[in-house]
Amino acid sequence: MRATIRPTIDRRPVLLVLVLLHLVAGALAPVLVRAWGSRAFLALALPPAATFVWALTAARDALDATRVEEFSWVPALQMDLTLTLGPLQWLMTLVVAGIGALVLAYCAWYFSPTEPGLATLAGTLTAFAGAMLGLVWADNLLVLYVFWELTTVFSYLLIGHDPTKRASRSAGMQALIVTTFGGLAMLVGILLVHSQTGTFSATALLADPPAATAVMIVAVVLLLLGAVSKSALVPFHFWLPGAMAAPTPVSAYLHAAAMVKAGVFLVALLAPALADVPGWRELLLPLGVATMLLGGWRALRQYDIKLLLAYGTVSQLGFMLTLVGVGTRAAALAGLAMVLSHALFKASLFLTVGIVDHNTGTRDLRKLSGLRSRMPIVAGAAALAGLSMAGLPPLLGFVGKESAFAALLDVATAADGDGTGLAAFTGWVALLGVVAGSALTVAYTARFWWGTFWHKAGVEPTEVTPVTPQFAGAPVLLAALSLVLAFLGSPLTSVIAPYAEQFPAGTHEPYLALWHGLEPALGLSLVSVAAGLAIFALRAKMAALQAALSPQASAERAYQATLRGLDRLAVEVTGFTQRGSVGIYLGVIMMVVVLVPGSVLLSRASWPDEVVLYHNPLQLLLALIVLASAILVARSRRRMRAVILVGVTGYATAVFFLLHGAPDLALTQILVETVTLVIFVLVLRRLPEHFTDRPLARTRYWRMVIAGGLAAVFGGFLLIASGARTELPVSVDFPEAAVDFGGGKNVVNVTLVDIRAWDTFGEISVLVVAATGVASLLFIETRNAGIRRVHEIPYPSEVTKVPVAGGRRVWLPGPRTLAPDRRSILFEVITRLIFHTIMLLSLWLLFAGHNNPGGGFAAGLVAGLALMVRYLAGGRYELDEAAPVDAGLLLGLGLAVSALSAIVPVFFGGAVLQSAIIDIAVPMLGEIHLVTAIAFDVGVFLVVVGLMLDLLRSLGSGIDRHIRREERDAEEAGEDAPTGAIR
Amino acid sequence: MTTSLALLAGSVSLVGVGAYLMLERSLTRVLIGLVILSNGVNLGFIVASGDPGDPPLLGEYAALDIADPLPQAMVLTAIVITLGTVSFVLAMAYRSWQLDGHDDVQDDVEDAAIRRLAAADEASDAFDLTVTASPDDADDEVSEEEGSDGRPVPDLEESPHEPSPAPRVSRETPVLDEQEDRP
Repeated sequence: MRATIRPTIDRRPVLLVLVLLHLVAGALAPVLVRAWGSRAFLALALPPAATFVWALTAARDALDATRVEEFSWVPALQMDLTLTLGPLQWLMTLVVAGIGALVLAYCAWYFSPTEPGLATLAGTLTAFAGAMLGLVWADNLLVLYVFWELTTVFSYLLIGHDPTKRASRSAGMQALIVTTFGGLAMLVGILLVHSQTGTFSATALLADPPAATAVMIVAVVLLLLGAVSKSALVPFHFWLPGAMAAPTPVSAYLHAAAMVKAGVFLVALLAPALADVPGWRELLLPLGVATMLLGGWRALRQYDIKLLLAYGTVSQLGFMLTLVGVGTRAAALAGLAMVLSHALFKASLFLTVGIVDHNTGTRDLRKLSGLRSRMPIVAGAAALAGLSMAGLPPLLGFVGKESAFAALLDVATAADGDGTGLAAFTGWVALLGVVAGSALTVAYTARFWWGTFWHKAGVEPTEVTPVTPQFAGAPVLLAALSLVLAFLGSPLTSVIAPYAEQFPAGTHEPYLALWHGLEPALGLSLVSVAAGLAIFALRAKMAALQAALSPQASAERAYQATLRGLDRLAVEVTGFTQRGSVGIYLGVIMMVVVLVPGSVLLSRASWPDEVVLYHNPLQLLLALIVLASAILVARSRRRMRAVILVGVTGYATAVFFLLHGAPDLALTQILVETVTLVIFVLVLRRLPEHFTDRPLARTRYWRMVIAGGLAAVFGGFLLIASGARTELPVSVDFPEAAVDFGGGKNVVNVTLVDIRAWDTFGEISVLVVAATGVASLLFIETRNAGIRRVHEIPYPSEVTKVPVAGGRRVWLPGPRTLAPDRRSILFEVITRLIFHTIMLLSLWLLFAGHNNPGGGFAAGLVAGLALMVRYLAGGRYELDEAAPVDAGLLLGLGLAVSALSAIVPVFFGGAVLQSAIIDIAVPMLGEIHLVTAIAFDVGVFLVVVGLMLDLLRSLGSGIDRHIRREERDAEEAGEDAPTGAIR
Repeated sequence: MTTSLALLAGSVSLVGVGAYLMLERSLTRVLIGLVILSNGVNLGFIVASGDPGDPPLLGEYAALDIADPLPQAMVLTAIVITLGTVSFVLAMAYRSWQLDGHDDVQDDVEDAAIRRLAAADEASDAFDLTVTASPDDADDEVSEEEGSDGRPVPDLEESPHEPSPAPRVSRETPVLDEQEDRP
């Protein structure tokens, strides 16, 4: 019969506030530590202490009924922040909060205020307590997962507390990788459970256990993977000893009492619903028992008492997971009793180790000697806690272990495995394994206490600084609790029973007590203690045996090999794919284009039927010109020749455009081609005349094949694309829209500045970026290299200025700064005559472009060409005379004008980039048909002019300066050499 | 609609030669290849954009007879963008010449280093930094196991370091665990 749990919905969000309290305290911790030093830990212990006290007062609530607090968080994912406090959660809360408070208080004496990174550590530890409480209280499995991973991250930060140590970093990383791996598996498991049951709520799962479908089995295995990795079961156990790189209080809390119990908690939480799903017991029992044995075995071999305890924790975690995983009422009761007793004794022992380490400076049990008489109180506490760990009466550990033996005995002997359906053989193996594990526990406990506190022959008594009572307070209190609680078997039973009653009643009704009578379990206890003491007595022989049996393979080595393999794979893959050569990357990309889409092309292409040789016979001639000049470009060894031939192909392209009926394109193409030619020449005057010579024989044919293939595929696509134009094009409405809304008759221009103005806006932004890039590559530091007007340049001393009178004006002011042999009077005169005409043409193109070929791009390019002519005729000073503005200013202004013209319509109730049409009659020019989109085009114009100016300033004037500087340096070097310094 | 083979041939030959040049090492040639390729692709747009027609100027021509204006607008944008790209790469070629005396595209040295690691079957440096402990990491961690003497295992937790010889005893400022190698 399952116990019915009546949830009480409380409107006061106590649990939520408590979690937040911890997180806030964690955030404040750095400030507190800075103010109060390590005593700040006492303040930080308050939130867990408050939680502990509140939980005690809420005991009746939690045990009689589940307390539920619900908050909507991510409704779309069914991820509600539901916090519950049932019997299981209540017990875990006491453990997590109680030990958390004690450990934090203990830290106040453990850490020196000068400890590096103390502020972070304090904050992380406090926040961890909050995350752990959240994990325990979360009812929604997704929220539980979030807290789960939060504890993983905090654990990582705490293990890697000392980032200057490699061991600390790698241990943290190892713990993170292993537990996150399990966590991710668990997340998938949670999602699978949801896919089967439609709920993320643990309460809902318990109320309505899912059927054991195949998917459910996979889900259970994945969920358990998370629990098993978090609780350090074989084969993931190795991260826990590694985590001992963390400071000892952290180990006591995270890696003994709290975080590693998360896996146990999850299994305990879901066992009533899922224990009967195949895979649950099959996975947990073997792993649990194996872990218990392996942990005990390895613990016997440690010299470091902290590592010894860590392996002991591994062993005990295996024990606990076995118990809570079995899924009988007796085992559940024993399991939770073990969780409680383990938290008490293991935290106490770790804190003891912290004191020993702190006050003697070593944790090596070969060096520790005689501490029994030098710190008797600590030794006494450790003895009590140790007896509890070994499972000796009259301590809580004994109570738990007794019940565990009895529960497993029932599984082995009772009909149908005490309700589990396990074969008797399995039950016996589990029981014997646990008994053997307990024997090992007795042995390593003896080794621990003997090694730490006993007088050893031949070892100097260890020097000890006195232990203050406050420092020893926490471990003593925990050890005392182990003793006291052992006598409170009946209240403990009534506290745990509400949880255990979720399982069907077994053969015997279990209860916790020190004395059950002369039961078989007592005999098993006696056997295990006797065997353990025998192992300890024969420790020398045992050590030899263990050394002989020590396996070469281990899980940590497998882990390292996996990581090494992963890294090697990454190196191989990177080395294979990342060749570091742009040519190879490009070649690969092109080959993929040829092979993948190309093969599709061959297999399922429908070729167009209406193919003609030409639309216009001129096309044939143009194709020949293009082909011939392109091949000549490829064969050319001289840069300049190649560039000029490129120009030929460009102009031929322009004619193609014109024949197709695209005058705007032809105009722009011709202008761009001219500009490209000029800037090429401006740069190539500095580069070597020929291309770098290189033997290209082999790769050359490869490149030909790839390029030829690409061209063929491209041509094939074009054919299909042109044949595929069967639908009405989207642009069929453009002409009408251009006139009605755009107010222009040049459809292409209206498309650019109105219909598709967003594209254009993006494009001019790219132009601004490109211009800025060019300027920064040439000027390196600042593009405002200073615009110098001609009249600012002083005349050389030997030259007298001729007063300027009428009739003596120069054609252009700039050329006088040039060397006489670089001047061309004819060019200067022509420039003077045509400059203004070209500028006027540019403006006409700008304003007429809405109806006729032209527009902002063409106009800007023409204006740029005018500036280019001035520069070519008169040098860089002439350029400054022609355009005494900074190129950046023009670029920014243009972008601003375009953006403004895009936004302004919004203020008049229109949409972004909407146009208005205004008609004005102007004398001489006739009816001017003004469209607001022209403002946008003006912005485009300014950007293009800015780009041109930037190109001229950097690739023209900038390179001029470089040349001049080199000449001057050469002159100086030449003059210096024979005569010495004159200047 | 009809497709003009001559126009197609012009486009394809430009693309082919452009691709060929772009696979070269000299940045100038790559750039020339880019210009040619761009022209070829722009022509390709025209091939795919349908039949030729009258210019899309409604003042002089009828809307029914004009060539499709949308591809033209796209190509116009592309032409100007190409100018921006070309000038940028040209500036790069110049800068490369300024720094190295040539404008050849160099192979990445870091990638070459990784290739050497791969050829030598080694893991990356990052792996050693994070995973394996090394002797300079010595601290007072007592990490060997009983019976493991004389059989050192190069593991993190079972590394064969001797524990530090003298136990540290602190009186005023407590010295904590495993902190000796702090800089």
